[in-house]
Order: sequence, then C-alpha cells, then structure tokens
Amino acid sequence: MQAFTTLKGIVAPMDRSNVDTDAIIPKQFLKSIKRSGFGPNLFDEWRYLDHGEPGMDNSQRQLNPDFVLNQARYQGASILVARKNFGCGSSREHAPWALEDYGFRAIIAPSFADIFFNNCFKNGILPIVLDETVVEEIFQAVFAHEGYELEIDLQAQTITRPVGSNIGFEVDSFRKYCLLNGLDDIGLTLQKVDDIRAYESRRKVEAPWLFGA
Amino acid sequence: MAARTLYDKLWDSHIVKTEEDGTSLLYIDRHLVHEVTSPQAFEGLRLAGRKLWRVESVLATPDHNVPTTDRSQGISDPISRLQVETLDQNCLDFAITEFGMDDQRQGIVHVISPEQGATLPGMTLVCGDSHTSTHGAFGALAFGIGTSEVEHVLATQCLIQKKSKNMQIRVEGRAPAGVTAKDIILAIIGEIGTAGGTGYAVEFAGSAIQSLSMEGRMSVCNMAIEAGARAGMVAVDDITIDYIKGRPYAPSEDQWPQAVLAWRDLVSDEGAFFDKVVNLDASQIQPQVTWGTSPEMVVSINDRVPDPAEESDAVKAEGMQAALDYMGLTAGTPMSKIKVDKVFIGSCTNSRIEDLRAAALIAKGQKVAANVKQALVVPGSGLVKAQAEAEGLHEIFIEAGFEWREPGCSMCLAMNADRLEPGERCASTSNRNFQGRQGQGGRTHLVSPAMAAAAAIHGHFTQV
Repeated sequence: MQAFTTLKGIVAPMDRSNVDTDAIIPKQFLKSIKRSGFGPNLFDEWRYLDHGEPGMDNSQRQLNPDFVLNQARYQGASILVARKNFGCGSSREHAPWALEDYGFRAIIAPSFADIFFNNCFKNGILPIVLDETVVEEIFQAVFAHEGYELEIDLQAQTITRPVGSNIGFEVDSFRKYCLLNGLDDIGLTLQKVDDIRAYESRRKVEAPWLFGA
Repeated sequence: MAARTLYDKLWDSHIVKTEEDGTSLLYIDRHLVHEVTSPQAFEGLRLAGRKLWRVESVLATPDHNVPTTDRSQGISDPISRLQVETLDQNCLDFAITEFGMDDQRQGIVHVISPEQGATLPGMTLVCGDSHTSTHGAFGALAFGIGTSEVEHVLATQCLIQKKSKNMQIRVEGRAPAGVTAKDIILAIIGEIGTAGGTGYAVEFAGSAIQSLSMEGRMSVCNMAIEAGARAGMVAVDDITIDYIKGRPYAPSEDQWPQAVLAWRDLVSDEGAFFDKVVNLDASQIQPQVTWGTSPEMVVSINDRVPDPAEESDAVKAEGMQAALDYMGLTAGTPMSKIKVDKVFIGSCTNSRIEDLRAAALIAKGQKVAANVKQALVVPGSGLVKAQAEAEGLHEIFIEAGFEWREPGCSMCLAMNADRLEPGERCASTSNRNFQGRQGQGGRTHLVSPAMAAAAAIHGHFTQV
C-alpha cells in the first residue's frame, strides 16, 4: 500500500449528502477482475453524457460539462470535500480504488459510511471526519477561491489552510501507523499466528460444532 | 459478570487479542464468497504466496452476474462470464466448496448460507457484500467487508476491528394486516435515517420482531446496513433453533445439545446497557413505499409524495427536490396513484419461500396489469425455487403473467441482463433505490413482496 504522510493539493467539492458507492463506481465496472484502472469511470453516470460500459474508450466519450469534476478549476484535485454519509451502500472496494486511481488521496466529510471508511485506509486514502460547520467553511472557501488548496499532515493530524487557523483531526492510532508506513495488515496479523492458534484451540473445546465434524 | 448485550457476547467470544488502543483481532467463523468482490483478493494471495487459513470456513457461490434465464447456454456477456469462471477457478485452486451456477444449491449468498445451516447462532460471519448483515437474524455477528478484508480473512481467519456501540431498536405490539417485516424495517429507516445506525451494532427486539419468522428477521437484518449500522441482529429463541435443525451444515446430532445450550445464552441480559434505544409501535406501521433515491425517503401507502417546500432544512429540501426530479414525481401525488412499468420480486431482502408465498397469495387468479411491461419473480436459490414449484407457486405466477426465473441477484443491482431502461419505474422488493441502481435512469420504489405483487396486478401501488 502507498504510504500517506503529507499531502498538499487542490480541493474539489462534492456538494451532496448520501453519495453512495453505486454513484462512485457503477455496477457494470465491478465485473473487472483487476484492482486498477477504475479512475476513468469514477462517478461515471454523473461525469459523462452517455452510458458507460467496460471496455469503452473513455477519452472519446462526451463529458457532462455540469459535473463538478469536469470543471477546469478542479483538474488535478487530490482532496475531495463531501457531505454527510459519504460512501454509503454497497461494500465495493472498487469505490476507493476508483477514487485513488483518479487521484484523490484524502476525503473530508462530516460523516462516512462504515465499510467505505474502512476500505479507504486499506488503499492509502485518508478519510477525515470534521465537524459539519468546519466542512461548510471548507466548501465556501473552495467555491470562493479557484485553485483552493489544503495541506494535510497525518503525523501532526493537522490541516493547514491558506487563510485561517489550522484544523486538527482525529484518526485511529493503529490506522494512522499503517497509513504512515504503508503497511500491509495481513503481514501484521500473521505476526500473531500463535495467538490465533491459541484462540482456535480454546474455541474448539467451547464450540466444537464451529469447526466441523 | 456485568449484564451484557447480545453484541457484547458475540464480540467477547471472538477476541483473539486486544491491543492497548482498543484495536482487536476478531476471529471469523464463516466466510461467504461471491464472484464480484473476491477475484482481487485471490490474486493478492497468489502474489504474496499465501495460503488459506481455514478452507472449510469458506463457502462460495456466484450470484451477482448469473443469468436468470435458461442457463444451458452459459453467460453471454464475456466480462460477466470471465468473472464467474474466475470464481470457479479460484475455488478449484484453493479447494473451496462452491455451489456453482448449475448446482441446485446455488443462489444469492445471503439466502443459501442460512438455508444450508452454514449460518449459525454465535458465529462471526463476513462476506464481501454489505448485505451480510442479513445473517445477524440468527444471533450471529455478521457484517460486510471490502476486498482487502476478504483477502485478510482468507489468509488469517481474522479481522482487525474496533468495537461498535450498542443500539437497541424495539418494535412492540402487533403489526396491522398487510404489514410485513419489510415494512417494519423501512419504517425504522424512515425513522432513524440512512446514517442513524452509523457506529452502532443494532439489536432488533420487541414483540413484533420476536413474532417474525426467520425469513422475516432476515429481511429486517438485511437492511440494517441501509440504516448505516455495522451489523443488525436478533436474539436466539425457539424459532431460530427450529429453523436450523436438520440442515446440512447444522451441528451433528451428538453436538446438537451442547450447541443449543450455548445458543440459549445468545440474548441480551436483563439490564444490559445500550448506548441508544429507539422505540417503535408496530400497530402504527402501515405498508411502506419509498418515493425517493435513498431508503430513508419512505412513506406509507396512505400518504402522498412529500413536498420539499414543507421541509425547513434547506439542504434537505434541495435533496428532496433532486430526488423528485430523478424519480419523475410531483409533490402531493397520492402514493396509490403512482403507476409502475416493471415489478421485481427477488433479492437478498425478499426472495425466500415466505416472500414468494406472500406474493403468490396476491397474484392468485389475477392478471398482471396491461401497463406493466415486465414482472419478474426471481427465487433466492435453486432450493427456494424447487420448494416454490413443489407448492405450485410458479404456476400461480406464470398464469398471472409473471416471469418465473432462475436464482440470483438479478435486477436488485442489474449486473446481469435484468435491468430497467431509463425512466422506467419499478416496484421492487430489493433494498436500494439509489439513482441508477436497477439500470441507468431507472426509478426504484422499495416495497414488500405483497405490495410488489399488488402493484403488478393493479398497475399501481395500492393498499394490501
């Protein structure tokens, strides 16, 4: 996994609540057996005027000029600011894969759906929960200033604004450690093989039916 | 020991190790796998040269991509076909039990596992699918995970987790005639909202929940995720235990008494602490119909399409208007006047035998209305289909003009050929009315099987 330490980048606004993972990456793209290449189909139904299917040459498709990410001022954005319950619905990890492939490394919102939130950390994306009023301030700043940038420092747990005081944020200590170091969870868990075996031995006595005949 | 909730008990009994910061390694008893969220996990295992920790804990089936029409020709879409074949190959390579497309036990992963007795009380159960919450109906801790976590469970039998808070949703009293488990859960989501359960594991309790069959409890827990909850669950009772007895994966006869004794404890203790309690009166719930593009946008059949102008929260009003625009609805229209183009009876929410019986009861001796272009009945598994056919339900549906299909996820998410065309309006027994969920531009109204069947017969929503 790609480590996340600091990030300075343009902020793009996704000004609607309950953005679901079906919207982030529509179902037809889930047929892929690969982990990469989802970026061109991020927000496909909103982003293009035609209906997208896997295998299409996306560069030839007509973009929806009204969709926020198609506006010139948000090109190259690496931070997405969103509304409440971002990433709700399906557990598809294709959603963070698509966001990451497009270039987003951090998402700021008042709340996230649980599974999506977990999936972000597995893919080098930092989801940041901030108070609704602070998120609103960021939205207003993004709308008011073209090329508005934020600087995120994960170690210090701060967001630096061009104008105004720094914003602090919370992050789970274990997830922070993994993200800062780009660590693979599986490798870490496999360091606890003895604990897992001990649990299984104990459990086989307590609940043998869970371990087959 | 202090009084504990059902969730506390399930959590405590699966802790391998807890770190100082509260991060725990949680042991997983059952892992369900389908074709969409697993290929990248198997690829990850291969690249790292890792093996499966406990292959017998895994049960696989293809469900999202499979055709619901004649399967003798295979899958025509080459991309879908490759995904299903990849699952077959991965199961073969890693020696995983798979109910393949031509196996009668194949079906929607959340239908087949309980049906086989592979979902048991006291288990932790995961799947790369958000509707894994379904299995909580058995007094199990069940939740959806992403593909990285699928790989993690395959390799380690564990997940790194933090404990959620406890919520109890109590539904007391007797639901009026025509009000089903689906109406109860839609009413709950209408009450607490799609993020109302975020950060919580929810226990559904109260007399209206206890009186539900296992099928009904599964419908309720299935949609716990639509309320944002990590998991939904129902305490174990005789209904749970009777359902499991004799199923292929149920404990053997000699282990049965010990298992039942352990399961009897899978209830919240008297006086256990819940961080939040929500109360609903079942007698006040009417048949529900969603009107918007989020499951929380729901009213009863007796209501009208809500008016954004009457909403004081400006952001919310804007969202309501956007939903009405997408749905092609006008505020103030009685729900019972809304006509439908298609009807879908199926999905992991409502494709079990009880659901099909409820729909057949309405359809019997009737005809699908002329304005309804297509009415699909998609059983949740090959075994549900066989049971329905043994009861003659398929004949009722076919005579009424419904299409009787092969099992799978089908038009719930339209990854196969079953889908809505732009602008088409559907009465659907599925779980998500998101924009484009059932096909780009499609308009979904979430309802119970009885309401879906009634909409097919009358051509519009109606009192059931």
